[in-house]
Amino acid sequence: MQPQSLFEKLWHDHVVVDETAESPAVLFIDLHLVHEVTSPQAFSVLKERKLSVRRPDLTLATLDHSTPTLPKGSDGKYQFASPEAEKQVRKLTQNCRDFNIRLLDQEDPRRGIVHVVGPELGATQPGKTIVCGDSHTSTHGAFGALAFGIGTTEVGHVLATQCVLQRKPKSMRIHFDGVLGKGVSAKDMALAMIAKIGADGGQGFAIEFSGSAVRALSMEGRMTLCNMSIEAGARFGMIAPDKTTFSWLEGRDLVPRGSAWKKAVSKWSTLNSDDGATFDKELRIDASVITPMITYGVSPDAAAPADGEAPTAETETERAASAYMGINQGEHFSSNSVDRVFIGSCTNSRLSDLREAAKIMRGRKVKEGVVALVVPGSEAVRRSAEAENLHIAFEEAGAEWRLPGCSMCIAMNGDKGEPGELVVSTSNRNFVGRQGKGVRTVLASPATAAASAIAGKITDPREYLTEAGGQ
Amino acid sequence: MAKAKTTYTSRTVVLPQDNIDTDQIIPARFLTTTTKEGLGKVAFYDWRYDSDGNLRDDSPLDGFVKSEFSILVAGANFGCGSSREHAPWALSDFGFSAVISSDIADIFKSNALKNGLLPIVVDKKAHRELLKSPGCDVSIDLEDQIIKFGDGWTCIFEVEPFGRRCLLDGVDPLGYLLDRMPQIQKFEEARS
Repeated sequence: MQPQSLFEKLWHDHVVVDETAESPAVLFIDLHLVHEVTSPQAFSVLKERKLSVRRPDLTLATLDHSTPTLPKGSDGKYQFASPEAEKQVRKLTQNCRDFNIRLLDQEDPRRGIVHVVGPELGATQPGKTIVCGDSHTSTHGAFGALAFGIGTTEVGHVLATQCVLQRKPKSMRIHFDGVLGKGVSAKDMALAMIAKIGADGGQGFAIEFSGSAVRALSMEGRMTLCNMSIEAGARFGMIAPDKTTFSWLEGRDLVPRGSAWKKAVSKWSTLNSDDGATFDKELRIDASVITPMITYGVSPDAAAPADGEAPTAETETERAASAYMGINQGEHFSSNSVDRVFIGSCTNSRLSDLREAAKIMRGRKVKEGVVALVVPGSEAVRRSAEAENLHIAFEEAGAEWRLPGCSMCIAMNGDKGEPGELVVSTSNRNFVGRQGKGVRTVLASPATAAASAIAGKITDPREYLTEAGGQ
Repeated sequence: MAKAKTTYTSRTVVLPQDNIDTDQIIPARFLTTTTKEGLGKVAFYDWRYDSDGNLRDDSPLDGFVKSEFSILVAGANFGCGSSREHAPWALSDFGFSAVISSDIADIFKSNALKNGLLPIVVDKKAHRELLKSPGCDVSIDLEDQIIKFGDGWTCIFEVEPFGRRCLLDGVDPLGYLLDRMPQIQKFEEARS
């Protein structure tokens, strides 16, 4: 038999009707994740056409984008950013009721960011096809799933038929060889990769990440890497499942138990690229030379080592980005003072991310004048972090500890920066105005964000990891 | 679904910047809507309005008769970023019927085609010429996948064949999927 890649195995396992020159494949979807922003218009189509949700059992909804991260006020109510935001949340609640879909609502102890809760519940599993009306659905590829973001029209297709029309993408494999240095994380790998291939380098491709540095990552790190695939233009990012995957998943709510678990693991163990599998494109990155990375422009590929300076802008687009960011070329990044720091988002809001940030913040103070926000990815992350007293480390340092949600990553819920502010953020997009009108976003790892909050300027976290004290 | 026109002819609006992301096309704060109508007024909001909500003098998307300028020519990697279908909804409602670039992001391209906003990828040479000629007349033939503009420029463009047929023949993709229900059921039974 012809050697197959992980992607090909996942793809072939879900084709209901083959692709032809005239029509895309009909692909069966094992898990449809739903949130409040990209679903209302899809539910409206179902209602107009008198269709039901074909597989509510394979559909899971959560509230994350428009939800406040501050607790209920003295009136016992959440303070939404706008009446429309509240209406959107109510709309999803009603739609889930009407169509019999499980919703993790604001009172649910399992609620959180869609790409955090799917894996946490064990709904995300190796071998599954997973879609969501959200480009960061590639996150779930970390488990060896075929996971990709879709538009709202397609959300309607999946609700009604549990299938999506999809052309097979081209394939790319990126090997990360070597061992990551101290203070360097999956986020830095992702930014280094995007800087190398460009914000459109992955367009049209499904990317498989492999190599010793990927194998050494925790599941949280793997999710961070796959999450950022889309920032290189690739809808799909994936990593073959292994012992790290299986032990992370074992015992979670929705995974099989007993003999069914053993059977599942034995099947999942075959989900990897065969020796001799071919890819349309392959490249290698030496992970051992990656250092903490930050972005200095308004596209995620404008990334460079934090302990350095911005390169010269060459194109019109780069000059405009440089003017917007106000990060001067030829000056060390650390000459840029920071107004705000955001630690959170589907990229970096999991327990290990918060531990990394707390390691640097504990026993230190956020620089005066800097506002630091720490937003856990889910209620479960929040509970675990609080059980370890991470929230105390953050609060004693002067950072705010909030309720779970997308928060300042997309700035829809009222959490945002002010015009002109420089925000060091663990999220995924540094687009103009993404975190509030006129806000200048610098993407970084949790360690770099925490170090920048303490120093009040863009800072390589290794400066804090070598010092005595802190911890 | 209504059939689309086979040919479009219109003048172009040029936004030469590379990497125009969906947050520029429609900022996230407008995504709390639960319908898809009327988003044209917030298309490229922060490029068009000042902080008091007044139309800016230097708005690149105003000050002309929109019906005469329904083709957008943009820099490389247009539509990158989020999967929000609000982006093509907003551009269509604004009055655009096609977007031309050397390189259009995957999810945006797929969303645009489903909403009758033609995502047209041309080679770099033609792209450079179009960027240099704001306001030029472009004629798009969707049946033959050819665009013509300027001083005798003719080039072929690629478009996903199924999406193209849906537009030209008025095929409804959801109806197409629903027609495949027997195969879907069979697939489900085989897996359970």
